[in-house]
Amino acid sequence: MTAVQADPPALEVHDLAVTFRNRSGPEAHAVDGVELAVGQGEILALVGESGCGKTSLARALLGLVQPSRGKVVHLGQPLGYSSKALRTYRRRVQLVLQDPSGALNPRHTIYEAVAEGLRIHKVRGDERELVARALSRAGLRPPERFFLSYPHELSGGQRQRVVIAGALALEPSVLVADEPVSSLDASVRGEILALLLHLRDELGLTVLVVTHDLGLAWNIADRIAVMYLGRVVEVGPTEEVLADPQHPYTKALLSVVPEIRHVEPVVLAGEPPDPTRVPSGCRFHPRCPALADGTAERAGVADQCRTATLPVLPIADGHHAACLLTTPPPPPA
Amino acid sequence: MALLEMRDVHVSYRTRAGLVPAVRGVDLTVEAGEILGVAGESGCGKSTLAATALRLSPSNATVTGEVLLEGRDVLTMKWGDLRTVRWAHASIVFQGALHSLNPVRTIGQQIAEPIVLHEKVSDKAAAKRVDELLEQVGLPARRARSYPHQISGGQKQRVMIAMALACRPRLIIADEPTTALDVMVQAQVLDLISSLVKDMGVGMLMISHDLSVLGATCDRLAVMYAGRVVEEGPAKQLFAAPQHPYSGALSAAFPTIGDRASRLAPRGLPGDPPDPAQLPDGCTFHPRCPVAVPSCATGAEPQLRRLSPERAAACVLLEGSPS
Repeated sequence: MTAVQADPPALEVHDLAVTFRNRSGPEAHAVDGVELAVGQGEILALVGESGCGKTSLARALLGLVQPSRGKVVHLGQPLGYSSKALRTYRRRVQLVLQDPSGALNPRHTIYEAVAEGLRIHKVRGDERELVARALSRAGLRPPERFFLSYPHELSGGQRQRVVIAGALALEPSVLVADEPVSSLDASVRGEILALLLHLRDELGLTVLVVTHDLGLAWNIADRIAVMYLGRVVEVGPTEEVLADPQHPYTKALLSVVPEIRHVEPVVLAGEPPDPTRVPSGCRFHPRCPALADGTAERAGVADQCRTATLPVLPIADGHHAACLLTTPPPPPA
Repeated sequence: MALLEMRDVHVSYRTRAGLVPAVRGVDLTVEAGEILGVAGESGCGKSTLAATALRLSPSNATVTGEVLLEGRDVLTMKWGDLRTVRWAHASIVFQGALHSLNPVRTIGQQIAEPIVLHEKVSDKAAAKRVDELLEQVGLPARRARSYPHQISGGQKQRVMIAMALACRPRLIIADEPTTALDVMVQAQVLDLISSLVKDMGVGMLMISHDLSVLGATCDRLAVMYAGRVVEEGPAKQLFAAPQHPYSGALSAAFPTIGDRASRLAPRGLPGDPPDPAQLPDGCTFHPRCPVAVPSCATGAEPQLRRLSPERAAACVLLEGSPS
């Protein structure tokens, strides 16, 4: 969605870092210098393994954690952290969580679940009408039928729609969805993704989807940002990143997607990286298949991979990867 | 002889609303050295089927049919025999394994428990076997002294697999073994499962809602809908070219990256699975079926029919011979 470049991005982060202090142990650098922009009406997928910092980044974007460095900018306005500023901001930027069963109070009716946000933010207008509109936008029609239902009476997909309706009730401009379909059945997954796509088209909603599912990104995202150990390592339009991944980490992630087993899967050994011990040089070098198989050696960058600190990927159009093997970055297609 | 053979298995639960059928006439076989995948949505009866294979159904369940484990019927077996069969002949890795470990006992103690109980060996011999098992699933032997909270989700899943292997069973039943795991860790666990099946010649019944995972890992697949198998065949063929409209919808839910048709066009299946207490007439899938014809809503439920020597599906729109 480069057509909306003239407007300020819906969300931007500049040199953002989120550090968690541990009473006994070392600090965890969950997000460690990220530059990223999400345009208005754009769907951006933030992908990576558990522990790569994607959820911490999303929480910082929502104002749920205060970054230790850098800033979050919403429509050109830097986010303030006074409780009043946060209150206004949270009406504009809403969150949808992974597990709809956990996100809904089992003793509240669907009506109450959706109306809660309206009450907290003291939204004026006919509450009944606003709730009905949110439910029907989320695909629960006719909405009145659901008013007095309890979460346990609904299916998993319907519950996730209720959670989305709760977010939509406040008419936000940005939706941050953290793994919105990973706890849902395969058949429901496509339905919820189609809803997100539809909301973007109908309401011009900006959506940031946090996920480990590259198929989801292919299904709905305009752009992808791949995160590894607190940094964005590759960013670009979905087609380009998935059809022609540049970073060895993106290549490995793509190769283990079950349905594309015609490429030789590169199963990275070991656990997801530890943000309390960020390796020197390129953060990915201890697990990098290109370093292990000598590709980096032949390109003459192996030493730099181990020692040289890579610059942070800047906010820019096109397809970029933070890897010494791909510098200079390929010209945009 | 097949490792596991299920013949016309029916399972119903007695509830306040009456007798609710969960599994309605399923035939399956699992051979040694093979992974059979069972796919389907929540509530299709796949987990009930897994529990039935080891007679683990709750007390309000009525089970009929035959479940032959290496030729012996599990359903009519004496209690003592059943105890021997569980763990030693067939073991099960439950769904939500990440929460099935006891938080106050070490990994080693938990893996050793079935070994000590079933093989009546000394603690020392059991500890040695635990070390071997941990190595088999790719964990260092020193992990035996760790508690569950000290290890990651992927490592816990490996521990569950080590436990399932503890008494050298011939059959392993895995219910959603990789759900809730990360992509890379899922790939590691699936690799481990494939190599264990290949190297040790065990048979596996693997249950998941994720047809893409099953398609990539299993040898054969059975797709269940509303308590019945609606399609079966070789895994890769079934995932790549599903015949039954329901399998088609499940397969399309996972896009092929690079396929233009699915770009910005996620596909799901509208509607919900039917309430087992009130199944629709005719084909149980017809209310959600994108290609249903009026006759699908009436008459008898379509039976599985052979489409080719290896494949079968239960849909009236498909030509085939009764199997």
